Amino acid sequence: MAVERLRCRECEAEVPAGPVYVCERCLGPLEPAYDLEALRRVPLRQRIEAGPRSIWRYVDLLPVPYDPAVDLSPGSTPLLPAPRLGQRLGLRRLYLKNDAANPTWSFKDRSVAIGTAAARRFGYQVLACASTGNLANSVAAHAARAGMRAYVFIPAGLERGKVLASAIYGPTVVEVDGSYDDVNRLCAEIGEEHPWAFLNVNLRPYYSEGGKTLAFEMAEQLGWQPPADVVVPIASGNLLVKIHRGFQELAAVGLVAAATTRVHGAQPAGCAPVSTAFKDGGAIRPVAPRTIAQSLAIGTPADGRYAIAAVRASGGRIDDATDEEIVEGIRLLAECEGIFTETAGGVTIAVLQKLAAAGALDPDGVTVACITGMGLKTADHLAGAVAAPVRVRPSLRAFEEAVLARAS
Amino acid sequence: MATIRIPTPMRRYTQGERLVTVEASTLAAAIDELGRRFPGLRERLVNGDGQLHHFVNVFVNEQDVRTLQGLETPLDAHAEVSIIPAMAGGAPAW
Repeated sequence: MAVERLRCRECEAEVPAGPVYVCERCLGPLEPAYDLEALRRVPLRQRIEAGPRSIWRYVDLLPVPYDPAVDLSPGSTPLLPAPRLGQRLGLRRLYLKNDAANPTWSFKDRSVAIGTAAARRFGYQVLACASTGNLANSVAAHAARAGMRAYVFIPAGLERGKVLASAIYGPTVVEVDGSYDDVNRLCAEIGEEHPWAFLNVNLRPYYSEGGKTLAFEMAEQLGWQPPADVVVPIASGNLLVKIHRGFQELAAVGLVAAATTRVHGAQPAGCAPVSTAFKDGGAIRPVAPRTIAQSLAIGTPADGRYAIAAVRASGGRIDDATDEEIVEGIRLLAECEGIFTETAGGVTIAVLQKLAAAGALDPDGVTVACITGMGLKTADHLAGAVAAPVRVRPSLRAFEEAVLARAS
Repeated sequence: MATIRIPTPMRRYTQGERLVTVEASTLAAAIDELGRRFPGLRERLVNGDGQLHHFVNVFVNEQDVRTLQGLETPLDAHAEVSIIPAMAGGAPAW
């Protein structure tokens, strides 16, 4: 469904839906205005359940219509019970939302699919983005799929896997000497001068709606019951805000009884401006990131303030994890449940562990940890973290001496 | 003269001007001067308490002023000031 209006988050002024992202009256952020009252009166659950196995089954709650020309079928990712990890953490009903199972192996495909459909709708020829890696991968892939040109901007020094997983689709990869925050500022300035669809700048009101589909899927996969607790990594804070919003919209249209889910946030200790402000109750102060969780390394998180508000309103918490805890979280998830996540997922698991130990999660309720990306992209950070293979000559005796003797 | 880069949503206050030069020794003085020359613009940048709005980022020579001295950040004759909306896509706390 296409929304007809965008509304300012701050002053509530409305403008016709277009490629704008800032309120002209107050410079506040714009977001799609849905008629949720009208959606209460349509058989929404049947429409969703009859829809495709992708984010587009929720098209009634998305800002643009389905566009087959850009579709890589993101979403409908597995929600897996995690009994062994749950037992370790004292959580009887722990689930993992495995968004590494997306077309470019991260949750970003949800947002980019919507943003790319919006870009085509508004007549853009060029896709672009400021990215810590995953978004660039997704934009490059969707541009290839849609037959568009792409410019993706990343900070210098990203993991090789993340750079490769953009370059393979043939975009122009621009590596900026600076942090993600520098890249973001540069892209805002470029966007003022060049008529490109910067998905996370001028198309942000559309693009960022993708995060809601994670909440929609979690509720639907649990039989239209929202989980008691979810744990979400925080970079800009936008994903957390949109997951919170997704549960609220489900309640507003009557698909779930009430938006009772507590939303918790996870940051790397080496870039924890949101976690720090949550804990000390102060304003968010910019930081210079130093963390192996490069996809979460945003020192001036645009949605940080809104993320804290969403966490507080829902009764959740925000915590952070050191580099060592992040690697341990990656290993724990892989060994207990067979899922190899990237460093951001390690942050989520490490913070999940802390929240469980602190009694912040309902041990009998459903907890969902959002695994937002896949491990091979950030393999650079795991040097020395896994056992080396046992090397043997191709003989039975060598095998028995070297492998079985060692195991016994 | 410091140069101030005006973002698209604010150019209606500057009659479409992208670049405005001002004589000012601090960011606060530059914003005051902008307000004098372009009525309505100052209120888009700072709130009633004289602080920068949450969703406006200001950079002096590519540095976020929150990591410098905020509104008291000094400007020299070659300073380049960029005003950039914060691009938040937030949700209200219903």
